[in-house]
Amino acid sequence: MHRTGELYGQFKTLDQQKETATLGMWIFLVTEILFFGGLFLTYTINRHEFPTAFGIGGNMLDLFLGGLNTVVLIASSFTMAMSVWSAQTGKKPLVTIFLSLTLLLGSVFLGVKVVEYKQKFDHRLVPGRNFDVTYCSKNPASVCGLTQKEHGDEIKEIREGVELEGGEIALNAHAQLYFSLYFGMTGLHALHMIVGAGLLLYLILQARKGRFDASYNTPVENIGLYWHFVDIVWIFLFPLLYLINRHLA
Amino acid sequence: MSGTKTAGSAEFRLPREHYLNAKYGMRSWLLTTDHKRIALLYLASVTFFFFVGGIFATLIRIHLLTPEGLVVTPETYNKLFTMHGVAMIFFFLIPSIPAVLGNFLIPIMIGAKDLAFPKINLLSWYIYLVGGCFVLYSFATGGLDTGWTFYTPLSSIYSNSAVTPAVLGVFINGFSSILTGLNFLVTVHTMRAPGMTWFRLPLFVWAHYATSLIMILGTPVIAITLLLAGLERMFHFGFFNPTYGGDPILFQHLFWFYSHPAVYIMILPAMGVVSEIIPTFVRKPIFGYSFIAASSIGIAVIGFIVWAHHMFVTGEATYAAIAFSFLSYLVAVPSAVKVFNWTATLYKGSVSYDTPLLYALGFIGLFTIGGLTGLFLACLGLDIHLHDTYFVIAHFHYIMVGGAVMGYVGGLHFWWPKITGRLYPEFLARASAIILFIGFNLTFFPQFILGGLGMPRRYHNYPPEFQVLNVMSTAGASVLAIGYLLPMFYLTWSMRYGKIAGPNPWPATGLEWKTASPPLTENFLETPAVDWEPYDFVHRPDLGLSGAKAPGKLAPAHGDD
Repeated sequence: MHRTGELYGQFKTLDQQKETATLGMWIFLVTEILFFGGLFLTYTINRHEFPTAFGIGGNMLDLFLGGLNTVVLIASSFTMAMSVWSAQTGKKPLVTIFLSLTLLLGSVFLGVKVVEYKQKFDHRLVPGRNFDVTYCSKNPASVCGLTQKEHGDEIKEIREGVELEGGEIALNAHAQLYFSLYFGMTGLHALHMIVGAGLLLYLILQARKGRFDASYNTPVENIGLYWHFVDIVWIFLFPLLYLINRHLA
Repeated sequence: MSGTKTAGSAEFRLPREHYLNAKYGMRSWLLTTDHKRIALLYLASVTFFFFVGGIFATLIRIHLLTPEGLVVTPETYNKLFTMHGVAMIFFFLIPSIPAVLGNFLIPIMIGAKDLAFPKINLLSWYIYLVGGCFVLYSFATGGLDTGWTFYTPLSSIYSNSAVTPAVLGVFINGFSSILTGLNFLVTVHTMRAPGMTWFRLPLFVWAHYATSLIMILGTPVIAITLLLAGLERMFHFGFFNPTYGGDPILFQHLFWFYSHPAVYIMILPAMGVVSEIIPTFVRKPIFGYSFIAASSIGIAVIGFIVWAHHMFVTGEATYAAIAFSFLSYLVAVPSAVKVFNWTATLYKGSVSYDTPLLYALGFIGLFTIGGLTGLFLACLGLDIHLHDTYFVIAHFHYIMVGGAVMGYVGGLHFWWPKITGRLYPEFLARASAIILFIGFNLTFFPQFILGGLGMPRRYHNYPPEFQVLNVMSTAGASVLAIGYLLPMFYLTWSMRYGKIAGPNPWPATGLEWKTASPPLTENFLETPAVDWEPYDFVHRPDLGLSGAKAPGKLAPAHGDD
């Protein structure tokens, strides 16, 4: 195993090694931006094409859970930054604590995401044969766990949507496109969170052995960069998926 | 090192220890992190896929001997050209020069011990293999018939062939390409030896730097595009499906956003190879070093904003089409800069027609034809006539086979003494270079005429009046096959029986020629310091060019160009 600050054979100095690793991580993040970029482009074009169906789809997401996850994730970025700070200032025990907190918050995020997915599944909002955007509006409010007011709003919104989109079939198709994007984008983001959680676990095991200090902390810094990146993706996803059109709900 | 001895003289011995004999056994190869060994792993695997793709090409050409088609059913024919494209583009052409020659040479050329991330380098080879296995699985379970472009909704809904594993294979393989590009970029930035300034980098490295930019900026986009198409096929997500309001044209935009620059992933490294070969065999610094370097970057940048010229007939907006047409013309400028500079380098040089130079000259000619016919296709009005005809097939084969593969085979010959420590038989090699050139032109030139006459691509049959040209093309393909098989045999033969090459048999000026052939595992005994300009034959007494072989009074590599 690579020990603290050990110099790999291909490098001449530790500085060169650190610079190389950091540049590599930044370039990797550039490729990630392009990767998500394709999805954001697909989203933008379709949102522009079908504002009504996308608005209705967005209003069906759970604002509380989405907002909670946003707070959780921003908090995790803070603890991540604190673990980098702890490593750079040589506070070894704090590194482990902050990394563990980050992992905990990341897990909370993923847990909440599972609850949300389950809810969408129950509401027939997963793309496929059983997809039905009108399911909650056609059934009693209790089936989807809505209050009477929410239920009434949804029925009204769906009725307007059917009119604007030119029929229930069209609305259903375009709403399905919205939820394809919702699951595509948040699913890919969640996948990155899971990878990040694995990396954090690795860091925690290393930190417990006291590997990271003021002279050697490149892995903490670089995995931190990755974590912040995944965080920023969510910062874009949240308003795009949850918030647009919310005022019309 | 004694440079005065003639190439291949009996006085040269192989170094006692080098990267090939440093360790033995399967493990030492499969778990190696040595960039030179990984390059050889890639060499074996891309050669394998070249022959897989070659078999499909052979069947296509045999089938097209008669107007009604000779051997396969129409459905099988669709699969043949699809699998030919998938194997050749994603698993041979894109990794060929970068992953084999680039991997082997970039660290040595800049005076480093290895790439920046040796383990990631090995990982990228394994990712390539996994991707390759998925694609082979698709081929073995019936193949796919979507065309290598995987256009939706055929690929995502209607095709009944093994699309999913092939798309997955190409998706996975993309990460191999991304990691290779990332590794090269970081290596060029942080691993250069003292004195190896940016404008002393060999042009081969510049070309790979530009290629790597495309790899890291383009490949993620094709990855997400194929992922979305795959999700659509597997889970009925509707991104590109008109039933749900999705847009199939969006797939084409995203696809070509990568796949057009991907053409430059194939051609730029070949241009790098040519830029190394030409000065060596004319004993003259390359003309316009900085222009060639900058034009590599120029091609990479402009290459990203021309993609929609593949879609002139999809009904895209007229003004968008005009812009893309103009930008496509623009990319000809840096390409022409290179061709003129290579030609100017040849002018008044002392030219020796050794095998690598034959390939380089072949490259210049074929690339020029391929490039100029590209301008026909970039022309809005003309493209409507030529779109989806054999003219397009001929055009991109002139670029990809006449350009990229010529560059690759030429580069293999040029650096073969460095890779193996031995020389190949020169006469056979020259003969096969000429056979390749003749076979290539015989195969593909008739296709320009066929396309102009209106023969559409991707059809399993054709009107009888096109038969003569099709038979010519198939005859040419047989000659071409000999041109590919010959090097395969004599290069393999030379690994054991070739004359010992010595460190610098040509002689050439790059850093890679200052170490032993084959190099040590660490490339150099001690980190070299560079205090000469690139391609300078005059101020390099160590090259042993004296008396009759001395270069004339020549300008320095750059500064006055």
